[in-house]
Amino acid sequence: MSTPFYVSPQQAMADRAEYARKGIARGRSLVVLQYADGIVFVGENPSRALHKFSEIYDRIGFAAAGKYNEYENLRIGGVRYADLRGYTYDRDDVTARGLANVYAQTLGTIFSSAGEKPYEVELVVAEVGPTADGDQIYRLPHDGSIVDEHGSVAVGGNSEGISTFLDQQHRDGMTLAEVLKLAVQALSRDTNGGEREIPAERLEVAVLDRTRPQQRKFKRVVGRQLARLLEADGAASTPTDAPSDTEETEASGDSDE
Amino acid sequence: MEANPRTTGRLPAAFLTPGSASFMDFLSAHSPEILPGNRVLPPVQGAIEAPHGTTIVAVTFEGGVILAGDRRATMGNMIAQRDIEKVFPADEYSAVGIAGTAGLAVEMVKLFQLELEHFEKVEGAQLSFEGKANRLSTMIRGNLAMAMQGLAVVPLFVGWDVDRGKGRIFSYDVTGGRSEEHGYAATGSGSLFARGAMKKLFREGLTEEQAITLVIQALYDAADDDSATGGPDVARKIYPLVNIMSDEGFRRVTEEESSQVARSIIERRLEQPDGPRAELL
Repeated sequence: MSTPFYVSPQQAMADRAEYARKGIARGRSLVVLQYADGIVFVGENPSRALHKFSEIYDRIGFAAAGKYNEYENLRIGGVRYADLRGYTYDRDDVTARGLANVYAQTLGTIFSSAGEKPYEVELVVAEVGPTADGDQIYRLPHDGSIVDEHGSVAVGGNSEGISTFLDQQHRDGMTLAEVLKLAVQALSRDTNGGEREIPAERLEVAVLDRTRPQQRKFKRVVGRQLARLLEADGAASTPTDAPSDTEETEASGDSDE
Repeated sequence: MEANPRTTGRLPAAFLTPGSASFMDFLSAHSPEILPGNRVLPPVQGAIEAPHGTTIVAVTFEGGVILAGDRRATMGNMIAQRDIEKVFPADEYSAVGIAGTAGLAVEMVKLFQLELEHFEKVEGAQLSFEGKANRLSTMIRGNLAMAMQGLAVVPLFVGWDVDRGKGRIFSYDVTGGRSEEHGYAATGSGSLFARGAMKKLFREGLTEEQAITLVIQALYDAADDDSATGGPDVARKIYPLVNIMSDEGFRRVTEEESSQVARSIIERRLEQPDGPRAELL
């Protein structure tokens, strides 16, 4: 019988972190940004059906980079957590902070338990507030830590480069069209400094729009509305016509499905 | 509800089990005691006194469907509440109106709304109209033990079927049996009178305004002959709740609009107390 090699705990953790990070880096990056009327999620996704962004609850959205089956599981877990909490207490008692905590505990436990392979995912949980000051964005890396982000956040493959770029370019109070163009610009940057074109049909875009009259603020931006926003001149598109844009395409978005 | 206070705080296995898009299935795996159907009732003699909701009516018109309810809840021969809300939006395109034990009915509607929303979020698509109607059937069936003790809940489920492009009405019995109604339907203590009124007033191709008038007329007739149904209360400004579903989604008629219709009906009935007359032949 052979004696197992001694591996120091530091080394074991470093190996697991390395494993998770490599897995996440294989996926494409996505960005989450604040704009005047809420929070927008933008990512490159060739699939129309397998979403990276989704609705968790009235004001809470979810974004994930990494391995699909793992984050899909976490997403459904989050929807169940939020719905159960809202049913037991009240819809107002479901918060992004609470959800981020549960995700952090889940990811942290899986990361440090020797019996399980670490999840190769990085999550973003965002909540849109009644005003921009009330917006919350949490980034949850693979190891169960929580980072409270402001303005913009990028996760996935080339997230460091993209974050730096966004930190420099993003301002508070930008319109949806402006912020969308900035996001596409950021996502088009390659690791080696080059740029490539991302066509509109490969973009997945969703918003948490605080001006939406419905209780549920999450909405996917697709088809004609997305094309119009990408074409719109940043200066020409004022915040006031953004909500009417959103409403107008809602019907067409539904009929597309 | 905390995820799991006993262990590390991570999401318990039931939360991360893939497969079901039903919130009720999840509840029965994770915390079955919350589900209304799983409650054990002590044996009681006679009926339990609790507020009961009364009359709900529904009618289809050209391009949509209307669900309306009076505002009274009764407990025995007492009026328990004058302004109760008994018709609720279930989702963007459908609504549910309930007659029967008010407390249980409100809980059932809350769970039903959540069931539809949960499915939509998990699957990324809406349930079919039939699928929604069947889920409600299952929930009513789960309440059968309560119904046998006098705490029945009997809803009407109404909505715009996006796939077929028409308004549809489903009625239920206490055992969860459902049947599709054509044109109009009513449930609750005043339903006999309301149905009689609608039978004489309904015809194909009504406009939205005519249909609103029709349901308020029917509720007026129900209140006329059934003591548990409340008519329009002009003094307190309490009017029937009228919900409209069309391809534009769910809309609740404003109080101003329904009060206008109710007032003009009352005006006409001052001269003709039994309401509009139908042809004899």
